[in-house]
Amino acid sequence: MTLNYTVPGDDFTRAGEASGDLKRKMKKLGFPSDVIRKVSIALYEGEINMVIHAYGGEITAEISSSEIDLTLADTGPGIPDIEKAMQDGFSTATEQVRNLGFGAGMGLPNMKKYSDEFHIESEVGVGTTVRMKIYNHS
Amino acid sequence: MNVKDIAEKCGFRIAAGEDALSRSVEGIYCCDLLSFAMGRAPENFAWITVMGNMNSVAVASLADVACIVLCDRVQPDEDMLKKAEQQDIAILLSDQPAFDTGLKMYEAIH
Repeated sequence: MTLNYTVPGDDFTRAGEASGDLKRKMKKLGFPSDVIRKVSIALYEGEINMVIHAYGGEITAEISSSEIDLTLADTGPGIPDIEKAMQDGFSTATEQVRNLGFGAGMGLPNMKKYSDEFHIESEVGVGTTVRMKIYNHS
Repeated sequence: MNVKDIAEKCGFRIAAGEDALSRSVEGIYCCDLLSFAMGRAPENFAWITVMGNMNSVAVASLADVACIVLCDRVQPDEDMLKKAEQQDIAILLSDQPAFDTGLKMYEAIH
């Protein structure tokens, strides 16, 4: 099953729609709760990143009985130094974003932590694509 | 102990989520950074925070916590209440700071 979501840029009120919807669908399909939790967290962090940094983007979720394959693609400003961006606590978020409880520099590290396979590609001025796989162990 | 029992014992006001009051509370987690809370709040724990906006509801739902406890007299905004009702997340309101709120809850549970 393939699901597609569009994440609107700069709209915090809608961030979480994709991860919430995917979570509900996975529940209905009977995935184990720890797998659902990993997918939800990894995807929500991605959505928030797209809203904060990339003027939105597109999410594709491919669901099979053995794994969940997530692709998050945006045409935002890109990440100049991926290694630095992957460090715990490194953040370029604005004061306004921090006041909402985000911008702690946990987004990308959480995405990596909660996925079984994590791959990121980014080009400044072109955009960023993140691919994450979460295995279904059952 | 469920969410409703804790609210009554601790004197917290229930702001949203009438349908989620029977959820069992297995522990207490306290944090205001949403990425931390989302990754680390254990399922079925009550989550104490001062973040009274709708993003907290999204985090609570994804992390599957038992309820949100807004402490330190923080009031939820309208969007947060609306989203909490939609997603069946109970929101409790405490007048006390995070530590005292958590301590009170701990004493109620144990």
